[in-house]
Parts: sequence; structure tokens; C-alpha cells
Amino acid sequence: MASLIEIKNLKKYYQVPAGTLHAVDDVSFSIGERETVGLVGESGCGKSTIGRTILRLVPHTSGQVFYQGEDILTYSPRQMIKLRRELQIIFQDPYSCLDPRKTIGQIIAEPLVINRKDLSRRQINELVLDLMERGGVSARLYNSYPHELDGGRRQRVGIIRALSLNPKFIVCDEPVSSLDVSIQAQILNLLQTLQESMGLTYLFISHDLSVVRHVSNRVMVMYLGQVMELCEAKELFKNPLHPYTQALLSAVPIAEYRETPRKRILLKGDVPSPINPKPGCRFADRCNYAQELCHVQSPEMRTVSPGHQVCCHFCE
Amino acid sequence: MLKYILKRLLALIPVLLAVSVLVFLMVHMMPGDPAIALAGGEATEEELENIRASYGLDKSLPEQYFTYMNKILHGDLGTSYRTQRPVAQELLIRYPNTMKLACSAIVIAVVGGAGIGILSATKRYTIFDNASMLTALVGISIPEFYLGLMLMLIFCVRLDLLPISGGTGPINMILPAITLSFKPLAQIARMTRSSMLEVMGQDYILAARAQGFSRAKVIFGHALRNSMNTIVTISGIQFGALMGGATIAEKVFGWPGLGDLLITAIRGRDFPVVQSTILAIATCYVLINLGIDILYALINPKIRLG
Repeated sequence: MASLIEIKNLKKYYQVPAGTLHAVDDVSFSIGERETVGLVGESGCGKSTIGRTILRLVPHTSGQVFYQGEDILTYSPRQMIKLRRELQIIFQDPYSCLDPRKTIGQIIAEPLVINRKDLSRRQINELVLDLMERGGVSARLYNSYPHELDGGRRQRVGIIRALSLNPKFIVCDEPVSSLDVSIQAQILNLLQTLQESMGLTYLFISHDLSVVRHVSNRVMVMYLGQVMELCEAKELFKNPLHPYTQALLSAVPIAEYRETPRKRILLKGDVPSPINPKPGCRFADRCNYAQELCHVQSPEMRTVSPGHQVCCHFCE
Repeated sequence: MLKYILKRLLALIPVLLAVSVLVFLMVHMMPGDPAIALAGGEATEEELENIRASYGLDKSLPEQYFTYMNKILHGDLGTSYRTQRPVAQELLIRYPNTMKLACSAIVIAVVGGAGIGILSATKRYTIFDNASMLTALVGISIPEFYLGLMLMLIFCVRLDLLPISGGTGPINMILPAITLSFKPLAQIARMTRSSMLEVMGQDYILAARAQGFSRAKVIFGHALRNSMNTIVTISGIQFGALMGGATIAEKVFGWPGLGDLLITAIRGRDFPVVQSTILAIATCYVLINLGIDILYALINPKIRLG
């Protein structure tokens, strides 16, 4: 699979009064064309920041993001505006992602109006209605305002808006986290159908492991701004190597009866602060297998088996 | 919409009635006797009695109130004790002056305040932002009379650029308008900034950028539009206050407006003038509020009037 996006040593630091906050710390990975890479991790581990930095919605600290072979982090604002139509984002909160002053029709038409000067008002209108139909939003909502819609419909509108420019790559930033379960399934199915029909590539950010398992080809596990493990989704759920991944997976609730309860791996303590992190492995303080080396030296990302990368000194 | 406006206008009646009672009571509770104020300190008791009788001041309070209201309902705002001219006539001369001043002050305040607020929000934590917010804080805290006198000192006395007072022309208006605009400008700037910052933290701003909108278009097309509610609210409140509250500045600059009229009337215990002027100011204030509510509905689809 040819990679569409390749991220190399991406860093995003924030200067805060207490020091330097390492939101994203030296992250490298690639996403193949038409692939879905799931990105999981706890709140505040830098998942969203990665998505936003790749799209240059927040400035990066260092690193490179190659899109079709070109480093887009060096693009001028003008070049970037042109590129925007190919890179889109879907947001978590369907209540704050739509401009409350604009009608659904206007919201969906907006990207077309500014990016497709070649289209007439009428063509845009037709396109919008067509998109609404494909995204499962009834045409009678064309003149409604966002506050008149429920969460699921709003999220559909957010998705349609992202799709209106025919993008290649979409960052799905927890698109279903704030929806209830039945709606979640609808939206996930919609995203998958659209991916197939439009040939989309997704970076799918979520903290819900079962959702990620359902949609992703590969999964990346993040902890405190760093990638802990990256491999095929099936492999990850069958054979998790990193102690953090193992602990995460053991916490996924499963709705079935078992004679002997599953063994839970309990982590001690809280996630340490991402401000001025200590040297060594980020996870060392909470790891059940941590040794002296772990507190001194940061592990490198290693390939332990084809397509399976782990950031740990000891995993085999 | 029309029904709503009508309903709101009807609701004005009880509000204004309450205001009239309050004002009437306050005026009559003021220390000082209008008869003495009119006749001077050396008048005999008999002369005072005569004056009281001729103005109906010897009657009971409820009786006086009903006489006053009865007249007002018939379009008679009373006659000034001092000038013997109808209050309505006085108001007609003074109102446009105050209006002129209030309007120019609010224009300066809204344009300047919103401008500074937007710039501050987009250049958050820069020197410009810090400096303008500090100035705004000073602007909110500084008393009008002090600011007015300082401006006078600088521009009229030291630089000799503008006339000190007298006249109601545009040149005479510059200093009082600036003085009056300062506090609302500062407040509008602060509110605009915080409202803009709140809106700019929303995902739809990020979405707009992701769609390829330029920075300017995001700020004016999306962020400002959604901050409008706050700006309109605060501007409306400030405008209402200006319409009735320009008293001190008018006095300092000798501007013949409502505030100036009111102060003079209070000093002279000129009851009809005080009552009717305050009633006029109150009416104006309520009407401005109604105007703002209607404006709200026009700029915010979430609000449906009804």
C-alpha cells in the first residue's frame, strides 16, 4: 500500500507557565491510501493535537508531514489554502462544530463557495442537496439551523461538510464519542460507506477501543504524547505487546458471561503530567515490568515482527 | 413580529406607571421646599402659602400625583416653576442636544470598542492586547468629570485647539462626545475581546480554517458574527445609559442637554421638570431596550420573538 501521508518526528510543545508541555513528542507513522489508522489513548495524551497539527490547524514545533511526497509543513499559507480541500476534519462535538448563525444549507455550501469558484450558485445548490442525500440528511432540513437538529444529524452535517470538497484524507477526531450507541453505529457505517465510495483515507481518533477495532486497518496506541505500539488492528487485539496496551485492552468491557472472570491488569497511580516529562520511558512509573533501564533511557520504536512496532525496551 | 412589538409596547405601560410613582415620591421626599426656592430666603410665611396654593403644593400627595398624571395623559407635561414655560417645550429643545451627543458618543464607542476588542482577541497576549486592556481598565475606572476636565485642560487650555464650552456645533461636541464615549468604549472593548475569544475557541472556527477560509474571513465572517450578540447587548445598555446619564459631562462642558436641565431643575426644586424629564428618560431607555431585543432576533436565529 502506497502511503498517502507520512509523519516524521512530529513534535508539538506548548510553553506553559510551569514549563514545556510535550503534547506530541517525536511521533512517526504513515497512513496508506484508503487506509484507516485508529489512534487510541487516554484523554490528554495528544491524540487530537496530532490530528490538528497534521492539518496545520495548530502550528507544529518540529518534524515533517509528507502528503503525497511533499512536506506540507513548509507550505506557505497560500499553498496551504489550496491544499485544504484535500485534507479535512470531522470534530467530536457536534454542538460546537457548526456555526449557529448559518443554516444547514449554508454550512454545507460554504466550503464549495470559497474553493470552487468555477461553480454557479445553482450548481452548488444541487451539489449540496446531493451531498445531503448521500449523508442521510433530509433535504427539508436545508433551511434549518443547527440548534434545531439532534446530535446525530448535526454530526452527519459535519461529515457532509468535510466531504463536500471531495477530500482524500480526513482526520476523524472522535466523531462518535459524544453520540449515543445506536447513533454511533449509524455514523460509523456512514463513514465506512463513504470511505468505500469516495476512496477516503482516515485517521480515526478515539478513546473507545471497540470502535477503533471496528473501523481500523491499523491501530496506534498513544501515551503521554508518544506512540507506544502500532500494528494491524487484528494483531493488536490478539497479541498486544506493550504493557500499556495490555492494560488498556484488559479494561475493555465485554458483554458476555464467563465462568472465570477475565484477568484485569490494574495500573497504579495517575497519568503523569506531560509538562517537563522525566527522561526514560513515559510509561515506566506505572509499568508492572519496569526496570532500571526504563527510568533512564527512552526506548526507541522497534519492529518486533513484520508490521508490528513497539516502543519498549523489553517486549519481544 | 408585529404582535411581539405591540405586546412589548403594552408592557411599557405598567413599567412607566411604576416609574412615575417612584419619581414622584422621590421628588417630593427631596429635602427643600420649592416655594422657598422660588420665592427666595426672605419670603414671608404668607407669600410661601400663596405660592404653594397656586402650584397645588398644599394638597395631599396622592391628590398631587393624580393631578399630575391626569395632565400627562392629556399630553400636558406640566409647567416649569422657574421659567413658567411648558416642560414639553423645554424637553423638545434639550432632547435633540442630548440625542446628538449620545449618538456620537455611542458611535465612537462601538466602532472604537469593537475594533480594539477584535484586534485584542486576534493578537491575544501581545503588547497591543495588554496595553489596550490596561487602558480599558483605566477607562472604566476614571470618573467622567475628571476625564472631561483633563481633556479640557489639554485641548482647550494648553493646545488651544477647541473651545471650552458654549454652543452646540460639531466643534463644541468633540470633547464631550469623547469624554462620554470613553467608558462605554472601554467596556465594549473588553466584552468584545472576551466574546471573540470564546467564539474563536469553538470547533466551527477550526472547521472554517480547515475549509480554507483566510484568517480575515474567519475572524469577520465567523467569529465576529457570532460575537455580535454580546456587542449589541453591551452597546445597547451603554446607549441607554448615555441617553439619560450624560448629566455630569453635560454640566462640565455646559452642554444644554437633558442632564443639564435635570440638574438645574433639581437644584431649583422644579418638580414638574424633574418628574417629566425623568419620565422621558425612562421611556427612552425602555424603548432602546425594545429596539435591542428586536435587533437580537434579527442577528440570532436561535431567538424567536413571540
